[in-house]
Amino acid sequence: MRAVEDALGITIPQNAQIIRNLIEGSQYVQDHVIHFYHLHALDWVDITGALKADPAGTAKLAQSISDWPNSSEAHFKGVQNRVKTFVESGQLGLFANAYWGHPAYKLPPEANLMAVAHYLEALDWQRDVIRVHAILGAKNPHPQTYLVGGMALPIDPNSQNALNADKLALMKQLLAKARVFVEKVYIPDLLAVAPFYKDWAGVGGGVGNFLAYGEFPLTPNNTERLFLPRGVILNKDLTKVLPMDHQKVSEYVTRSWYDYAGGDGKALHPWDGETAPHYTGPKPPYDSMVGDGAKYSWLKAPRYDGNAMEVGPLARMLVAYGSGVKPVVDTVNLVLKTLGVGPEALFSTLGRTAARGVETLVLAQQIESWVDALAANIKRGDLKTHNGDKWDPSKWPSEAKGFGFFEAPRGALGHWVRIKDGAIANYQCVVPSTWNGSPRDASNKRGAWEEALVGTPVTDPERPIEILRTVHSFDPCMACAVHVVDTHGREVTRIKVV
Amino acid sequence: MNDFSPGLENVLARQGVTRRDFLKFCSAMAATLVLPTRYVERIADALATVKRPPLVWLEFQDCAGCSEAFLRASRPSVGDIVLDILSVNYHETIMAPAGKAAVKSLDDTVKEGGYLVVVEGSIPTKDNGIYCTIGGRTALDIAKQVCGKAAATLTVGACAFYGGWPNATPNPTGAVGVKDAVPGITLLNLPGCPPNPVNITATVVHYLTFGSLPATDQLGRPLFAYGTRIHDNCERRAHYDAGEYVEEWGDDHARAGWCLYKMGCKGPATFHNCPTVRYNDGTSWPVGAGHGCVGCSEVAFWDTMSPFYRRLPNVAGFGVEAQADQIGLGIVGGVAAAFAAHGVVSAIRARQQPLARHESDGVSAEGKEG
Ligand code: SF4
Repeated sequence: MRAVEDALGITIPQNAQIIRNLIEGSQYVQDHVIHFYHLHALDWVDITGALKADPAGTAKLAQSISDWPNSSEAHFKGVQNRVKTFVESGQLGLFANAYWGHPAYKLPPEANLMAVAHYLEALDWQRDVIRVHAILGAKNPHPQTYLVGGMALPIDPNSQNALNADKLALMKQLLAKARVFVEKVYIPDLLAVAPFYKDWAGVGGGVGNFLAYGEFPLTPNNTERLFLPRGVILNKDLTKVLPMDHQKVSEYVTRSWYDYAGGDGKALHPWDGETAPHYTGPKPPYDSMVGDGAKYSWLKAPRYDGNAMEVGPLARMLVAYGSGVKPVVDTVNLVLKTLGVGPEALFSTLGRTAARGVETLVLAQQIESWVDALAANIKRGDLKTHNGDKWDPSKWPSEAKGFGFFEAPRGALGHWVRIKDGAIANYQCVVPSTWNGSPRDASNKRGAWEEALVGTPVTDPERPIEILRTVHSFDPCMACAVHVVDTHGREVTRIKVV
Repeated sequence: MNDFSPGLENVLARQGVTRRDFLKFCSAMAATLVLPTRYVERIADALATVKRPPLVWLEFQDCAGCSEAFLRASRPSVGDIVLDILSVNYHETIMAPAGKAAVKSLDDTVKEGGYLVVVEGSIPTKDNGIYCTIGGRTALDIAKQVCGKAAATLTVGACAFYGGWPNATPNPTGAVGVKDAVPGITLLNLPGCPPNPVNITATVVHYLTFGSLPATDQLGRPLFAYGTRIHDNCERRAHYDAGEYVEEWGDDHARAGWCLYKMGCKGPATFHNCPTVRYNDGTSWPVGAGHGCVGCSEVAFWDTMSPFYRRLPNVAGFGVEAQADQIGLGIVGGVAAAFAAHGVVSAIRARQQPLARHESDGVSAEGKEG
């Protein structure tokens, strides 16, 4: 959308901008909570440990960190019974064959039980709060009301077939429910678990360069005023947030299974990008990826001004922190103070996981006000949700090109489009997991995951839970195979990152 | 499988859910499945006593949108499914183990047999399938083995159905759906982008209750969910019949909720229960939120239903009820040449008396696809 809007010079109505912000903001909150509890927590929480817990102790712990109502001994006893019945059934399903009992699990049984209870509660919570997407976008996943030029969703307080006061009220209710869970469950859990894993504030730092396109425009198409700012940080220097220029983005395929017509040694800007697959890896089925090693990935290697970059919540929070965005500065400082660590702890696996929590809290406390902003706009009589000036392709110039930015929950996403005679001539996406999971480039520079894994201690190569912790902390978008090879070329282990 | 089984009703009872509430849930399930009320008890029995059948969920060329949809399931909820109803032994996105340990979960299940398999994502066939490999094996290799030995295979989403967007022209990886990648297996398709979780869970409940898959059309889609055209259940149909159309996004007619046909709605050519069950616990659906249907449950919809904003082939005098059906047939006719081999046209004919079969006792399992 934004790439085409940029190419054609379309400004979307204020209402459409707010609706998009609401959809994307609520997506952050819901998605980050799912990531924490359902995709990342079991790297830190031993479910089997929960069976040994004293539910009274869990209740005491839970009540000491939050006044969340579902914190009674009876509640935790019920959860423990459910887990017990499940384990005794002998059918462990999704939880079979995991690294339970691994010495790297450090939580006391009572904390494990609390986390398992919240894992289950979060499952029900996420289903309900994301109904905001259905109100504004028809359904979730894959909202369907986005249009070039705005949104298809009409606004009319006097219609039952448009966004009206009833639907605004329902959204307020759902977003309040979202915020309360974040304030009373997610953040207290994060702060309760983190102290047991403080050594992870020194592991998994990565490339130390951060890129954020920024998100949540506060005026129509005005990228100068974004709730989360745009910017670049190099070499962990938080005192200098550099301006972002998308012309400095380019992609290598030196180590990727693609060919460039002009040779693989040079990077291309996405407007001139090429996608010509050429597989040279081992013939499946194969046990080991170790081959000639020249090319080894389906991901291209994006670089910013030649630098490998990390994108995602940590990048966004660091750019906002370095730019002095008040709610972010306050929340980051609060978290650092609670954990008794300095800002340098942010450059780590634990810092990445904490930054996601910070961002969730900041957004959860912000988005309800965007419903108010929308209501205020409607009250002024502004019902417009779509700018149709350029809807008809006959009104387009014969050639145009645009850059569309988006901060997906897992990081900076860029789309580049070239339009010729009313049709797409070239379209390139550089997605968050391409940045973070990038293979090496022409100068052999590592991407963010690879760099973050360097120096990660692995106590048991057969059960490398430490590697999962760091890779999962990036919220990778793919169920893919990551191959970790030790310096002698022997495969240390093969992990499906899921 | 282990003899000990919690059974959904017992589990719910321990959580304070009464038999009355449990039966209410079973009634809702029966309604989704378009079953007569006498089946409520049967569903209740099946869910109360059944052992947890194993299920594996495979992801190939996918975006995990169908998995996300599955996480939104509410009747039963995904937590209930995972802990109390099924034994979900493999699902890359949400399972706890990784790497070799995860592969072991899959291998163990396949070795034991008697499992259901859900496939999400398309299967690339070009260049020996190297465009999607997991643990060093191609998607095609995994699908052949795992689906081949399964009690039944459910595809979720447009990609596992007919290849979805990876299959869209020019289809660089030779992506196909399960039907073409692994012919001859017991297969049921739940297309959509993504499918509605209500239909996924209802299919599973049907299978647990009756021991067979629900009756399908000739594209392998269950009639309870894909037996009626969107256009025939659409809340805006009266406006279509009255010739009242949205002419521009956000105009007065859009605000009043008039028909989206002229804005490209593909409801007249799409079979799906979106207007009746809606999405996200009945909150809304595309037409309800002001955007036309894009036909995501139909064959190769990225090619056959696009451009999404161009109206369906112009049938003279649309807006008259008799001709509404002509539009449906018109579009099907338009793509029939390309898909004749897949039996689209005869599938349309089969839809003329879909529900009758539910009335006979044998809720037939016609999931078998050639
Ligand atoms: S064309 Fe679309 S909006 Fe109009 S009645 Fe049919 S399904 Fe509904």
